[in-house]
Amino acid sequence: MDFSFLNQPAFSGGGVYLDWVISGVKWTLLVSVLGWIIAFSMGSVLGVLRTSPVWWLRAPATVYVEIFRNIPLLVQMFIWYFVVPEIVPKFMGDWLKTKMPMPEFWNAVLCLGFYTASRVAEQVRSGIQSIPRGQTNAALAMGLTLPQAYRHVLLPMAYRIIIPPMTTEFLTIFKNSSVALTIGVLELTAQARQISEYTFRTFEIFIIATIIYALITLTVTFSMRWLEHRARVPGYIGGASGK
Amino acid sequence: MKRITSLFLALFAGAAFSGAAVAQESGTLKKIRDTGVIKIGHRDASIPFSYLDEKQRPIGYGVDICLKIADAVQAQLKMPNLKVEFVPVTSQTRIPILTGGNIDLECGSTTNSIERQKQVAFAPTYFMTGTKIIVKKNSGIKGYDDLKGKTVVITQGTTNERAMKAYNDEKKLGINFIPAKDHAESFLAVETGRAVAFPMDDILLFGLRASARNPDDYVILGEFLSDDPYGIMMRRDDAEFKKLVDDTVIGLYKSGEINKIYTKWFQSKIPPRGINLNFPMSDALKQAIKNPNDTGVGACGKMKC
Repeated sequence: MDFSFLNQPAFSGGGVYLDWVISGVKWTLLVSVLGWIIAFSMGSVLGVLRTSPVWWLRAPATVYVEIFRNIPLLVQMFIWYFVVPEIVPKFMGDWLKTKMPMPEFWNAVLCLGFYTASRVAEQVRSGIQSIPRGQTNAALAMGLTLPQAYRHVLLPMAYRIIIPPMTTEFLTIFKNSSVALTIGVLELTAQARQISEYTFRTFEIFIIATIIYALITLTVTFSMRWLEHRARVPGYIGGASGK
Repeated sequence: MKRITSLFLALFAGAAFSGAAVAQESGTLKKIRDTGVIKIGHRDASIPFSYLDEKQRPIGYGVDICLKIADAVQAQLKMPNLKVEFVPVTSQTRIPILTGGNIDLECGSTTNSIERQKQVAFAPTYFMTGTKIIVKKNSGIKGYDDLKGKTVVITQGTTNERAMKAYNDEKKLGINFIPAKDHAESFLAVETGRAVAFPMDDILLFGLRASARNPDDYVILGEFLSDDPYGIMMRRDDAEFKKLVDDTVIGLYKSGEINKIYTKWFQSKIPPRGINLNFPMSDALKQAIKNPNDTGVGACGKMKC
């Protein structure tokens, strides 16, 4: 084991190899966090629609979830990057391929976001459906409209219930972000590979990458646990013994 | 307990005995004898060195030479049942897979460089080429300096990537590089317009252009950015195996058989689409065949730094 290569001047770009690692971490975090913002907001809307009593709201959400959840992420990445620009009108395709800034990066963010949104939607739906029906009925009987019932009764509880499975989804998006390397985003895994090619220090650099991924995911796990603790409702799931 | 001890003793004795029986073999040859298999690493789109035909079988100039080496190994080990197993590798995976022992020979389009010689050994040079770029005819690119601020695709892990990046740093062209995992994917990026140029060994560019949908849409440009002598890769510090490989390759050179293999791949119709590359042997290659050597290119990407 010899980690001195981190401090050696990198082949290109003017820095040392440690700078490549840092840049990899930066792109991993950017792709994952932006992807998560899309996934969480879209997934929440889709999840609510999935439980709607109105069929023409439910149907499109169901179709979306089934399509995006069932196609492998790697295939989706290729479709967005290589196929979509060829089937849209030529001026749009040209823009997607060359004119838009950082096409690989935004492709990866959107693809990861859309894919994870389908998974978040399912968590939100299961959270809402795990609340006894009586609560919806009671809310409506008190004169709340259906949207108000969602806003004040169902969603506040549903989001609390699904914090543990959402933690898993949030962790998964960091790990899935490495798929972005297939379309040329130089995130952490791609940089680790590149450094291993230039320095032949394969074991060392992948040990470093592993530790960084573990640190990122442990941070997420602990923050979500803190959030769960902060948000709990005394007398309800896990909050009964409240200190 | 006693039984276990004697079992261990028997095992050790057996190991010692079998070790003694083939004491003159070590390293790769011993591994081949023990497993009964010689593993050859090949590429999927290094036309015409190492690629897949319409039935997805590895073929090519390099593959033919490696099969000759396999024949020589078979003869030397007197193993009529020696099996040849093909393992696909990429520019990125070839060295770790070889040093890890999953292949015994890599037959592709690997540049012999001094830097790589720290990791692996090379058979005598069997092709001479260098880095050029392929662009679309209507792109308006006439040379390397026209690439300023443009997007260029590179196959990760290649010497061409290094040559292009070094040139970019030196001339401060501000090229935006996008990485791809193999030559087919890199060429796809040029074909679909994601990148304007793809730097690669010129012979591979000829091969890619020949298999493109509209070969006439592309031109191959530029002076050589780097020299790229190709060699078959094997593990380092294995003198016995290297001698066998070198002798076989040099034997092909001395007997003139190399000319037949060369003509078959570079000056005749080749699968999968029956194209003829029409690429006569360069003077540099004729020299390398006359004086077989495994000299690698230096850190600057040229034979003489």
